[in-house]
Amino acid sequence: MPGHLQKEIDKIKKEILSLGAMVEDRLQKAIYAIKTMDFELAQKIMDTDFEIDEREIEVEEECLKILALHQPVATDLRFLVAVIKINNDLERIADYAVNIAKRFKASSHDPGKFKYDYTSMGDQAGKMLKKSLDALVRMDVDMAYEVRDMDEDVNTMRNDAYDAMKKDIQKHPQMVGEIINMYLISRHLERVGDHTTNIAEEVIYLIEGEIVRHT
Amino acid sequence: MIKKRLFTQKIWFLCLKIAVLINGAALAVILYFILSRGWRAISWEFLTQAPRDSMTAGGILPCIVGTICLCLVTILVALPIGVASAIYLNEYATQGKLVRVIRLGINNLAGVPSIVFGLFGLAFFCIVLKMGVSVAAGGLTLGIMTLPVIIGASEEALKSVPNTYREASLAMGATKWQTIRRVVLPVAFPGIITGSILGLSRAAGETAPIMYTGAVFFTPDLPTSIFDEVMALPYHIYVLATAGTNIEATRHLQYGTALVLIVLVLGMNLFAIILRSKMRKKLRI
Amino acid sequence: MESNIKMHTENLDFFYGNFQALHHISIEFAQNRVTALIGPSGCGKSTYLRCLNRMNDLIPGIRVNGLAMLGNQNIYDPSIDVVTLRRRVGMVFQKPNPFPKSIFENIAYGLKVNGVKDKAKITEIVEKSLKQAAIWDEVKDRVNESALGLSGGQQQRLCIARALAVDPEVLLMDEPASALDPIATQKIEELINELSSKLTIIIVTHNMQQAARVSDRTAFFYMGKLIEINDTDTLFTKPGLKQTEDYITGRFG
Repeated sequence: MPGHLQKEIDKIKKEILSLGAMVEDRLQKAIYAIKTMDFELAQKIMDTDFEIDEREIEVEEECLKILALHQPVATDLRFLVAVIKINNDLERIADYAVNIAKRFKASSHDPGKFKYDYTSMGDQAGKMLKKSLDALVRMDVDMAYEVRDMDEDVNTMRNDAYDAMKKDIQKHPQMVGEIINMYLISRHLERVGDHTTNIAEEVIYLIEGEIVRHT
Repeated sequence: MIKKRLFTQKIWFLCLKIAVLINGAALAVILYFILSRGWRAISWEFLTQAPRDSMTAGGILPCIVGTICLCLVTILVALPIGVASAIYLNEYATQGKLVRVIRLGINNLAGVPSIVFGLFGLAFFCIVLKMGVSVAAGGLTLGIMTLPVIIGASEEALKSVPNTYREASLAMGATKWQTIRRVVLPVAFPGIITGSILGLSRAAGETAPIMYTGAVFFTPDLPTSIFDEVMALPYHIYVLATAGTNIEATRHLQYGTALVLIVLVLGMNLFAIILRSKMRKKLRI
Repeated sequence: MESNIKMHTENLDFFYGNFQALHHISIEFAQNRVTALIGPSGCGKSTYLRCLNRMNDLIPGIRVNGLAMLGNQNIYDPSIDVVTLRRRVGMVFQKPNPFPKSIFENIAYGLKVNGVKDKAKITEIVEKSLKQAAIWDEVKDRVNESALGLSGGQQQRLCIARALAVDPEVLLMDEPASALDPIATQKIEELINELSSKLTIIIVTHNMQQAARVSDRTAFFYMGKLIEINDTDTLFTKPGLKQTEDYITGRFG
């Protein structure tokens, strides 16, 4: 029984923010696992990914229902379109958290031998995600623009990781497999940054009505 | 509680039914009365011959013809003027104080006693306009008397034409007159005709307006022009019942004449009603 | 996308006696485009529409200020023949109102009152109009039967055909589908789409989804004022004013 449109929209808002919090949490845990060499935590992240997938599907179906039943226009319409896309981005970020956990496990047969400190890059990606979700909550377009700028730093950090690991491969050529796996983590974090930038761009579209992707 | 309400309703419905029955009974009684006393007078001779032997025998042909002629003049006078007035009042006049005053005047005209109409007709048509006692004068008098009825019926009919028809017509680039002629009048026509026939059937039975203006005690000839005098059915009844030389002997003739008059009036009414329902079917489908 | 301006009003004011129903309305209607007028009940959109073919003249005590132009003629100029104006600017009403005549006579009416006498020509135009209104196939075998025997949706298309028969340049539609069921409404909307390539159409509607579906431009009226007018897709995705946004999202009205 369709409720009033505003009630439905408020409900969706709560759900997407709750999903965002879950994803944020996973990302933090993945970075923490690497830092503390916690294999169990990494495994847990991999095992519970299905929870995120289920939530993503629920949110999307809710949005479709509202579109069909209420034919919203203007801000309401843009909000739902933004939510559908942000929903998708959040699920991808969660997937990357899983990928990071996988790479971490694959690269650490000999714990302690080789390690790269991803704390700052992880923190930056985590901050970007938090900020983009805050921008959504508060409908703050300036915050959203800031997230776009922060992406530059993440890319820079990825380049630093690349350089560092190039040197490590020359120094420890027998560990090339493990080093490559660690490097891939930086690629995953960079993709997380890209997706949070997407989220920020959806928020800008929602507020201003302009599509700013690709600018 | 509900039982009391239903009971009250039953009582009221009963009263309403009784009222209707009284209505119907009155008509039935009158018809029976006249039918039973008058049918003996009806014969072919009665309907086609003039009265003879000081009107104690013979027929009432001149009366029938006279009444018909008077009706013709009445309708020729009252219908065009009445419908035109109704069109003007309803479609053209700005609905303000003046129009209300005119309507008031028309309604008051309807309340003028018929004998007063008769005297007016005598003074104006017969004497001033020098028409003398004639079908013309009698018909004109009856016409003026019937005017309010026809105007009233026509206005009702025009008012009942939905405004959407007028709007649709005007929105296509028709003038007001084209709209009236091609859309409004055809739809109002059944109502106008019915009202006119009903008004005419009343006029057919009036005695006072024609007593001094058109109808006479006796004339042997049938009218050949509208300036001739005539006999008329209602006046003939009056004459036979009050001024005849042998009232008792003509009693059956009185009732016979009354019967013919009633048949004529009822016939016209029935015709009007059937005509209206046929026309309505065509317009509503 | 920009085309000729077929009709426009400049600072149009409208008064019922002392009550001002329209305030300074200025709108341009592009040729061969559909413009929708939306707004809550009593906002003046129907009053405005009726100014465009001077149907409001039928109401006593009204007054008009400002300009209303058809092409480059001021339609309120005293020298204008109102009857001709109404032929050039046709109107379809909310409730279908075919005359109680045959289907043929209904369509032929406009032609006859405008002086067309040639029977063959009349028959030809009647058929053409019924085809234009997408109702020819349904009635071609019964053009001489009463128009009142048609369904509501058919009657409305008949009224459209009737208006088209006199070859108007502009068609005003006052909530043409509001008395019809959804299927009939859809047919009317398809018809509007087809007709818009040959006619300038101005439509008043209560139904915002309908305005969104059929029109190229939409104007939002409120309390006798024009609040916002824009391309329809822009108005419904990114309205400029909060008042417009509140109305179209159903927050009021």
